[in-house]
Amino acid sequence: MMKTMRKTLGIVLAAVLCIACFAGCKKSEGSGGQTLIIGGSGPLTGDNASYGISVKQGAQLAVDEINEAGGVNGIKLQLEFEDDGADPSSAVSAYATLYDEGMKVSLGAVTSAACVAVTEEVKKDGMLMLTPSASQKECTQYDNCFRVCFMDPDQGTYAAQFIADNNVGSKIAVLYDKSNDYSSGIRDNFIAKAQELNLNIVSEQAFTDQSKTDFSVQLQAIKSSGADLLFMPFYYQEAALVITQAASAGMDITYFGVDGMDGIIGQMGEANAELTEGIILLTPFVAASSDENIVAFVEAYEKEYSATPDQFAADAYDAIYTIKAAMEQAGIEDVEDAELNEKLVAAMTEIEVDGVTGKMTWSADGEPTKTAQAVVIKDGVYVEY
Amino acid sequence: MDFLSNLISGLSLGSIYALIALGYTMVYGIAKMLNFAHGDIIMVGAFAVIVCINTCGLPVWLAAVVSILCCIVLGVLIERIAYKPLRRSAPLTVLITAIGVSYLLQSVAQLVFGSEMHSFPKVISMPTIQIGELTIKGNALVTLVVSAVIMVVLTLFIGKTRMGKAMRAVSEDKDAAELMGINVNKTISVTFAIGSALAAVAGIFYGSTYGFIGPYTGSMPGIKAFVAAVFGGIGSIPGAMLGGLALGIIENLSKAYISTELSDAIVFGVLIIVLLFKPTGLLGKKIKEKV
Amino acid sequence: MKSNKARRKNYITYAIAVGAFAVTMILIFTGNASRHMQSMLVPICINIILAVSLNLVVGILGELSLGHAGFMSVGAYAGCLFSIYMEQMLPAVIRFPLAMLAGGLVAAVFGIIVGIPVLRLKGDYLAIVTLAFGEIIRSIIINLNFTGGAAGLKNTPQDATFISAFVVVLLTLIVVLNLISSKQGRAIMSLRDNAIAAESCGIHIGYYKLMAFVVAAFFAGVAGVIYGHNYSILTAGTFDYNKSIEILVIVVLGGMGSIRGSMIAAIVMTVLPEALRFLSDYRMLIYAVILIVIMLCSASQTVLKLKEQLKAVFFGQKNGKEEI
Repeated sequence: MMKTMRKTLGIVLAAVLCIACFAGCKKSEGSGGQTLIIGGSGPLTGDNASYGISVKQGAQLAVDEINEAGGVNGIKLQLEFEDDGADPSSAVSAYATLYDEGMKVSLGAVTSAACVAVTEEVKKDGMLMLTPSASQKECTQYDNCFRVCFMDPDQGTYAAQFIADNNVGSKIAVLYDKSNDYSSGIRDNFIAKAQELNLNIVSEQAFTDQSKTDFSVQLQAIKSSGADLLFMPFYYQEAALVITQAASAGMDITYFGVDGMDGIIGQMGEANAELTEGIILLTPFVAASSDENIVAFVEAYEKEYSATPDQFAADAYDAIYTIKAAMEQAGIEDVEDAELNEKLVAAMTEIEVDGVTGKMTWSADGEPTKTAQAVVIKDGVYVEY
Repeated sequence: MDFLSNLISGLSLGSIYALIALGYTMVYGIAKMLNFAHGDIIMVGAFAVIVCINTCGLPVWLAAVVSILCCIVLGVLIERIAYKPLRRSAPLTVLITAIGVSYLLQSVAQLVFGSEMHSFPKVISMPTIQIGELTIKGNALVTLVVSAVIMVVLTLFIGKTRMGKAMRAVSEDKDAAELMGINVNKTISVTFAIGSALAAVAGIFYGSTYGFIGPYTGSMPGIKAFVAAVFGGIGSIPGAMLGGLALGIIENLSKAYISTELSDAIVFGVLIIVLLFKPTGLLGKKIKEKV
Repeated sequence: MKSNKARRKNYITYAIAVGAFAVTMILIFTGNASRHMQSMLVPICINIILAVSLNLVVGILGELSLGHAGFMSVGAYAGCLFSIYMEQMLPAVIRFPLAMLAGGLVAAVFGIIVGIPVLRLKGDYLAIVTLAFGEIIRSIIINLNFTGGAAGLKNTPQDATFISAFVVVLLTLIVVLNLISSKQGRAIMSLRDNAIAAESCGIHIGYYKLMAFVVAAFFAGVAGVIYGHNYSILTAGTFDYNKSIEILVIVVLGGMGSIRGSMIAAIVMTVLPEALRFLSDYRMLIYAVILIVIMLCSASQTVLKLKEQLKAVFFGQKNGKEEI
């Protein structure tokens, strides 16, 4: 009885959905003034939602600014951003939805695994893909794929080099998220470079996404190892947990983070502000910088979303301006241009963008050239190291 | 020294698991359903405290009371709307509904509070005790004592009071209980109210121990507490306490002495082995099958 | 008589599957299938295989398993590694079926490893052990080197197509439906209905339980191989307990023990989250509400009566016969 009920209900639902699906699949026709659709996907729900939301907001801000200023060569930009829950299969579906909506340029996906899956689709279509934040090496494996952020291996290497050059610590401990590709990717290269430079790594500890709230054991081991510097290649949400727990365990250690650490001041809040004192991080974007580009961006972002932009938002903001620069370089005046993809991809290696995450040019392998800057937190603000 | 301090931190982690598992096992024992949304009620309880203190400026004790009340109302509402109509359905239907409720609470929380982590006010701040090189966190001690007290009170409540007797009767056989004049609906509602109140308490302790709360914070501790409850024998209140503590200690010791990366695999492995030798958990009742 | 009826029902199930396939192919060839729709075809097939095989454990055997994603991941990794190493040696036509076989077999071996201890357990205890198994697998895969660790396994040849996935769906349906209506299938169902009575009739509980477990694990592994060959990256994070729950939802929604129901529910539950994309921020909220409402409707007396009336109007028959 119940079975047949559910079945009928199922069939009805399936029918409704199919209709809804077809209805939603009509291509949006260009009306009057031309619009170029930029599509992207990222986790807007689930554990990693804050990354996707930051990218969406940062990109939207840039799109609005560009449109207010009259668009690019008279073409308005439009951002379509879909949820993929950081899942590769969902990201591919999201890409397909966006393709049906007439996307011309893709922002790929926010997280690495999802983005790698999308590159395969992008390759088939030849479309320009510029991911703001997917840092794994393979995210730019094809000629038409580019990125704004650092590649994982580079960050680890920079960090080890920086620690060696500036003698930040003599006994180094490493704590990383084994289940996260970003974190373990940076860690692998950090360790390799550190060994090359003869850095003294006294303790190496890991955690996973199944147990990332309690770090007491890892911190105890680090404390016992007598380390004076803790390298933390992961995001500020977990870093906040680690730092508060280390403080309550009475640890006195210097924290060293990479670009994911940006946002720690806001996360710790006023109540724990004193704990962020002295944190060093290596990042291309510093929200508290005095650079006028950055000041304007941070102000606009805070006004729009009442939150301080993080690394993700800054990368996305730069991605949109990079697309604008590529369109101008390629002289795109018609979004239905048959050679739009080729022109845009070719333009990518010719442009130079002075964005909020630094001055960038792109090589044919899709990697941006930009430098990381080391900053240290003093009195609740970043200052140059 | 390291061993002792890892043991103590394991106890402190375990007492959080125990606190959550107590609510889990309570609901399971009486209503015979896995309330997958239990972890998310913890999250709601913690957010209620944040709102009360940061936005409304209430004192700590009042915030705790409001949070507990919120969770009780929420728990009873969920039971009435989502679970009650399914009381005669297959257990799996109820399980899926509970999962649906869990998704619902998470997405509502994300829509209301955003996806980022919110810092939790220092509700319980006990001084750290220092004995030689050994540091014992005051909060952990309080959590341990509170879960032990709750365990004793619950056991007494179920064993000695009239309501407790009714609960046991409902747990044994709903229809027979009804025939004996027990109001089954009321009994189950009370069970959910107690379970949710425990979730709120767990939320407050979780928040003050770890300091940050997000819309998805409840799901992993929820699963771990479920494991703890089964470990101790689901439905058994002392079992939940024991299971929680054992889980915390095993987790921390395996992190410290075997592998930080594989600690979860080890925890689950131990669980499987224990269940192989004691198929109904450490303190679970053996149910004889009737032919 | 009964077996004839069962056979007829099976043919209807095949007919629905083939019909849906034909309609989809026509849509694709006439250019009416959007990219979005096409991107969902292989995932739909994967979910059908997963749901049908899980239904064997949950619906037919009557045991709750929360570790189906674990079998899927074992199969996926085994099959993908096979394909990666064999990429130069074998053409796709031979490689892909062999990869599926390899993935399925490895998953089946894990099915035995998990199945044997699990025989002692029942109900929620069994559920927690299968859940634990899935999480153990995930932890181990993240910590191994040849699986690519957290970064994921890349460079698997993209051999999966809608047609090949559909062929596997059909094969799964044939095997599972025939198993159910065979002597073994009836033995498995008797365990669900009354294990003690079944045992007293000379049915070997352990053997048949294990059989259901292993067959289900095999097909979960095959589904995993198709998944791995459909995307250019395979990460262990995909196969957490949420994935197992997702499959369980399909089975419960389709009706326990109903293979046709699982098939339809798999389509609905794959399309539903995608079709809800236009809701943007409210997508997951509405999805959760739909899930709860469907479950409540399935138990509601009013809805049941309404449905009976509808049935009477459409088919002019009185609902006297209970479904088996």
